[in-house]
Amino acid sequence: MSKPHAIIVGAGFTGTATAHDLALRGFDVTVIDRGDICNGTSGRTHGLLHCGGRYAVKDQESAIECIDENMLLRKIVPQAIEPNGGLFIALNESDLQYGEVFIEGCEACHIPIEEITPQKALQLEPNLNPGMLAAFLVPDGTFDPLRLALSFAATAKKNGAKFRIYTEAKSLILDGKGTVVGVDILDRASNKQSELRGDIVVNATGAWAGEIAEMAGADVPVKPTPGVMVAYEQRFVQRAINRLNKPGDGDIVVPQRRMVIVGTSSFEVSDLDYVPVFEDHVKLMLERGAELIPGIRNAKVRGKYMATRPLIGGGMGRSSARTFKCYDHKETDNVDGLVTITGGKATTLRAMAEKTADVVCEKLGVNTPCTTKDVQLISYRQYYSQPN
Amino acid sequence: MSQNWNITLKVSRQKEGETPHFDEYKMEVNPDEYVLDAVERVWAFMDRTLCYRHACHHSTCGACGMRVNDVEKLTCITYIRDMTHDGGTLKIEPLRNFPIISDLAVDMGTLYSRLESVGARSVLPAPEAEIENPPATWSADDGQYIRLADCIECGLCISACPSAATSDEYLGPAILAGAQANGLKRNPELLALVDCEHGVWRCHSAFECTAVCPSFVDPARRIMDLRTQIIKERFTRLFHKA
Repeated sequence: MSKPHAIIVGAGFTGTATAHDLALRGFDVTVIDRGDICNGTSGRTHGLLHCGGRYAVKDQESAIECIDENMLLRKIVPQAIEPNGGLFIALNESDLQYGEVFIEGCEACHIPIEEITPQKALQLEPNLNPGMLAAFLVPDGTFDPLRLALSFAATAKKNGAKFRIYTEAKSLILDGKGTVVGVDILDRASNKQSELRGDIVVNATGAWAGEIAEMAGADVPVKPTPGVMVAYEQRFVQRAINRLNKPGDGDIVVPQRRMVIVGTSSFEVSDLDYVPVFEDHVKLMLERGAELIPGIRNAKVRGKYMATRPLIGGGMGRSSARTFKCYDHKETDNVDGLVTITGGKATTLRAMAEKTADVVCEKLGVNTPCTTKDVQLISYRQYYSQPN
Repeated sequence: MSQNWNITLKVSRQKEGETPHFDEYKMEVNPDEYVLDAVERVWAFMDRTLCYRHACHHSTCGACGMRVNDVEKLTCITYIRDMTHDGGTLKIEPLRNFPIISDLAVDMGTLYSRLESVGARSVLPAPEAEIENPPATWSADDGQYIRLADCIECGLCISACPSAATSDEYLGPAILAGAQANGLKRNPELLALVDCEHGVWRCHSAFECTAVCPSFVDPARRIMDLRTQIIKERFTRLFHKA
């Protein structure tokens, strides 16, 4: 029997990681994206390799996913990661109170944390707010978004996956029985339309997942939720700095190259293809960021931007779980041949891909297990040199 | 809040097999938005056929390099205010010295392969990162910090380099800077790659690379330093032979 052909729509984190997983399991894989690698939400993440502490109190499923995947990514893709750890710091009484449930939550989620004195924290990170009342070391990190995705894409290509960038999914091809059998594509570089046939279509378009699923009359309960981030032109810290409290606006400062990035806000939109960066959100990031690192107030802004999170699970904004879900549309909408992966976070991209590939394999009767936990990714720079 | 401007985007267009031409798009912008925001709005609201490369929108990925009014810019951090005026034009073209995939999108394959060939590091220990205002002494702890390298592999230096325009074989500023940062002492096998006609000696010291570099790499200084390293290496060999 010839190899099954999987068409993946979307070349962000989940699309490239799923291509890698399925290629290792012996699939013919074609990834299409209307833009280049990581042109949507994935590219614009603040780049925090989460230890899970942010979710350890209210969303332990996500927290456990984060710590497990964080440790794995450090091993399989060190080329894209600053593995310098992080700090959760308390600045007021409410933060201190949260600290108690934080410790319990991290313990429950096997996130290794270490309480250090504010004096020690200031020794490690002299630019932190000197008025901090408590500090915990955590295994956070920073990643480069494009290079993380390119590493998965390069390795997928090495194992035979094909990438057709600047290729847009115009519609899904259905057979007479309501099964998705391919994608009508537009090659945007040549302006030519054609058909791409496959045994399964994986919708890995994140915040846009609802738009693709709708092409087959299927539904995905994804709530696109943008947030604003601001990059400042000074590397104030080596570690990611988190406010010790429940998730909120501007509660994370992430170092990256010579910058720090403060994120993020949270709002809802209807048009996903262009979301403006609101000035009041930029101001809020400055205010909140400067609480953690006072020097930010006088730092030069390097970039103001936004990304649209694909939240799932019905809650509103911050109360939504940050876990991911893979939908087999045969079960949810009686549409066969189509699987959607959405929700989740950059940190959990490999786990999202594993789950998706498991669903795809089960649907197509393929019995090959996932091996991505043990496969070192090749250099992201080989994405271009690997044959396509 | 600043007053909005009405500007014209004059965008270079080229689909497969076509000769390039310009399309014009008029739009109202906030001058404190970035050039990439304006390009993105052309695609979102005016012309869905436009192809351009972008990812991080905060200068860490290096995907959105373009020529803006004839100068290489990382468009995600380039303010419209700094490039034109109310009623003015933004001419947007793809980077030079790269194959064009479509419109503003170029193929970075050769740049990435050559960076790989000189072992340019994507991450490195913090004390080796040559940052501005480094601490007087690095503590033992600091040596454990790993950070992403300054070079974001955006290709602006290759596009701006007059020598790169004369030869496809010239390694180019980003690659030579990567070799310099890696160091000949640590990697003696790099010598043959950079000490040749397509290496450091093709550089004509125009310093355009450093002028356009958005990421503090200063390739021109690094090329000059690499030349010094090579001369030293030659002297050392001379004495070893004697």
